[in-house]
Amino acid sequence: MNGVEMKGITKRFGDVIANQKVNFDLRYGEIHALLGENGAGKSTLMNILYGLYRPDTGTISIDGQGYNFRSPRDAIQAGIGMVHQHFMLIPGHTVWENMILGLTKLPQVLPKQDIKNRIVALSKKYCLQVDPMSFVWQLSIGEQQRVAILQMLFRKARLLILDEPTAVLTPQETQHLFEMLRLMVSEGYGIVFISHKLDEVMALSHRVTILRKGEKVGTVQTQDTSKEQLAEMMMGQKFVFSIKKESKPIGLLALEAKHLAVRGDRGFLVMRDLSFQIHEGEVFGIAGVAGNGQQELCEALSGLRKIESGTVLVNGQDITNQSPKQFITRGIRYIPADRRGVGLITNMGVGENSILKKYWKAPISHRLIIDWKEVMKFALHLVHTFHISAPNLTSPVRNLSGGNLQKLMLGRELSDSPRVIIAMHPTWGLDVASTKFIREQILLERARGAAILLISEDIEELISLSDRLGVICKGELMGIIENPNEVSSEVLGLMMAGTPQNCIQKVSA
Amino acid sequence: MSLPFRIEKRNSQPWYLNAIIPLLSVALALLIGSVFLAVLRVSPLQAYKEMFRAALGDGYGISETIVKAIPLTIAGVAIMLAFKMSVWNIGAAGQIFLGALATTAAVRYFFIDNRFFMYFIMFIAAGIAGGMWAALAGYFKARWNVNEIITTLMLNYIAIHLVDYFVYGPWKDPDSLGFPMTPPFPDAARLPVLGETRIHLGLGIALFFALLFWFIFRYTRWGYEIQVIGESPKAAQYAGMHYLKYVVFIMFISGAIAGIAGMCEVSGLQGRLQHGFTAEYGYTAIIVAWLARLNPLSIILVSFLIGVLQVGGESLQIVMRLPIASTLVLQGLILFFVLGGEFFRNYHIRFNRGDEQ
Repeated sequence: MNGVEMKGITKRFGDVIANQKVNFDLRYGEIHALLGENGAGKSTLMNILYGLYRPDTGTISIDGQGYNFRSPRDAIQAGIGMVHQHFMLIPGHTVWENMILGLTKLPQVLPKQDIKNRIVALSKKYCLQVDPMSFVWQLSIGEQQRVAILQMLFRKARLLILDEPTAVLTPQETQHLFEMLRLMVSEGYGIVFISHKLDEVMALSHRVTILRKGEKVGTVQTQDTSKEQLAEMMMGQKFVFSIKKESKPIGLLALEAKHLAVRGDRGFLVMRDLSFQIHEGEVFGIAGVAGNGQQELCEALSGLRKIESGTVLVNGQDITNQSPKQFITRGIRYIPADRRGVGLITNMGVGENSILKKYWKAPISHRLIIDWKEVMKFALHLVHTFHISAPNLTSPVRNLSGGNLQKLMLGRELSDSPRVIIAMHPTWGLDVASTKFIREQILLERARGAAILLISEDIEELISLSDRLGVICKGELMGIIENPNEVSSEVLGLMMAGTPQNCIQKVSA
Repeated sequence: MSLPFRIEKRNSQPWYLNAIIPLLSVALALLIGSVFLAVLRVSPLQAYKEMFRAALGDGYGISETIVKAIPLTIAGVAIMLAFKMSVWNIGAAGQIFLGALATTAAVRYFFIDNRFFMYFIMFIAAGIAGGMWAALAGYFKARWNVNEIITTLMLNYIAIHLVDYFVYGPWKDPDSLGFPMTPPFPDAARLPVLGETRIHLGLGIALFFALLFWFIFRYTRWGYEIQVIGESPKAAQYAGMHYLKYVVFIMFISGAIAGIAGMCEVSGLQGRLQHGFTAEYGYTAIIVAWLARLNPLSIILVSFLIGVLQVGGESLQIVMRLPIASTLVLQGLILFFVLGGEFFRNYHIRFNRGDEQ
């Protein structure tokens, strides 16, 4: 019998549809992978199952019995446990104290020895060496994850949800986790494994359900599928979006990256030797599964991240590791994926946000004095040109919708006729109209002669906008596709899964 | 298991809240305070009247209130500056002490018998000393993310004991009958006072700083940059601002201003450096800056009101024979209610209706 049955789950957040009539089931004794791009609705679906969100429509049943979870407490009682990407542990408490967190019906005097014995027994059983007396802050990330999983077992959960558990782990820790998960399913646990890493899904799961843009694409048996097929299903095959792109002769070389090596936040090299060139009036797209070095690349190319070795040339001038201000004054504009955290200051108004990249220049400021009349004039100009709907220019932008925030940021970055534009997920999470508007703006910039680096997870967007399309995997370019319109999704899938382009040609020849 | 009401963040604050909430808070505090006074067998009405009379009833009262407001305003501006950048400098106390120490050193070792030069030297010495004291914490914060609340607080203790070392030791006035204080400053090192009052040049300095920073935050690039850094260091870096440089620099300025508050206290008011000379100004200034919502002009007003509380409280001790602790309780009540009232400016409380699930 199925453990979990979710039927027709729909969940909206304002105008955004996070899940649309999704069916999902989980059996005891299987690992069911939930695969999809960022924003595909994986976490939302599982947060619904864990009682954190309530679905707008749809039903959930466990062991054949219908449930209507009001909070995670209800879900836990029904035998469901979830380990979030950021573990919900209290760093200043010991392992055993964390373990009993959220347990109801504890006696007033805690049976401390009993609890510790149970922890030790559980950790022995699953080869999870954890000392119940150590503090959580003393543990490595991998160990903390073990504690989070043990916490679920301690609550007698039989159905576990792991939200991208490997995102924070080293390869060795990942292997260790996989062994443990296999042991657990052999004992009858059911596990949902959320991921966008194809290798791991192939290696670990029994079945895979693929979500795209909130909808279920399908459920397949892992043994009957391949990484390439999964990539294709995840990205989508039909390229319905069409936009008129005028062909243009290639311009001068504008941006050149030579042998870039860059470290990620955790100190490991995320790319060792990445090189490419972008010319004036050209859109260079980069496709790839999230977390393969795209973020770090954008930051390195805008001066926000140190380049360990290699060079960045703009119009032939070396600007490697100069200050972010230097990158800005050289005409490089970066549209970050994180509009609320990086690109905009949400507690400030449209006016104050609009001058972030030009507040030091005339006519906005003269010597040290900012001319707020000019600021408001400029902000109003942006609002009109980019169809930003905002109640006024001074109240905090945090209340604006994602589309309007993106238009504000885009407008600001494009307003100075930049030479180079680095755009990361420029249409992420936006509605159809805003998406179309922003893509048109990017093409207008291309026609003006800007060199554009476009990083996206939306394969339609990449194919319809890019003049050339690089595919990145583990910080390396698998190849550059010269005619993105003619590439098959099969080839793209292979490259995104880590097969170099030249190997594919050999196979097909 | 659900509460009968929900707390929601307000999207905007209606203008009338800004007026009603502080007034209502003070009224409530006085009401609770009157219960407390009644228990002490003192007529609340009489006590409040006495406080009001002492602080605002005559020229002398008002002048004393202004004397209290001067260091609060200067230190409040210093703290506001760091807080605007989300750097929590709670070390104004130590920076005041260090400024006073440097002033005294200037008077002892670089004395020139000319008011103009002496003011200049004291001003620079106090500014640099207080500034360096704060910049040290700023550097640790920006470079290694060392918690500035801890470092500035610790530096306070060092500064206070450093002053004690000098006033108990090498700088002690041989004629002070054993009191821990330096000899009085010569006339050229004393700030001028207004007529017969104790109001000194510090009033001008305080008003100048408040107006200067009001202007800076309203009209200059510099003010804009500080606010961007305070709201979002990531966005600031993205806009090409140099986080480390700014944090260190602003902390220096913040500390320098606090140091100058120290200079005003010793050379304007007390005329010598002595053990524990500023009592609690460094910490009260945090409350001032916060109550003023980091607005430099409001800082002047709030400082004055706190001055009223302090002068009124002192007179309660003298006239009504209340113990010092009881006046502190009254001050504490008012601050507690006013700060607590801030919550209602930012949040609604909505009571659940029956039709909700």
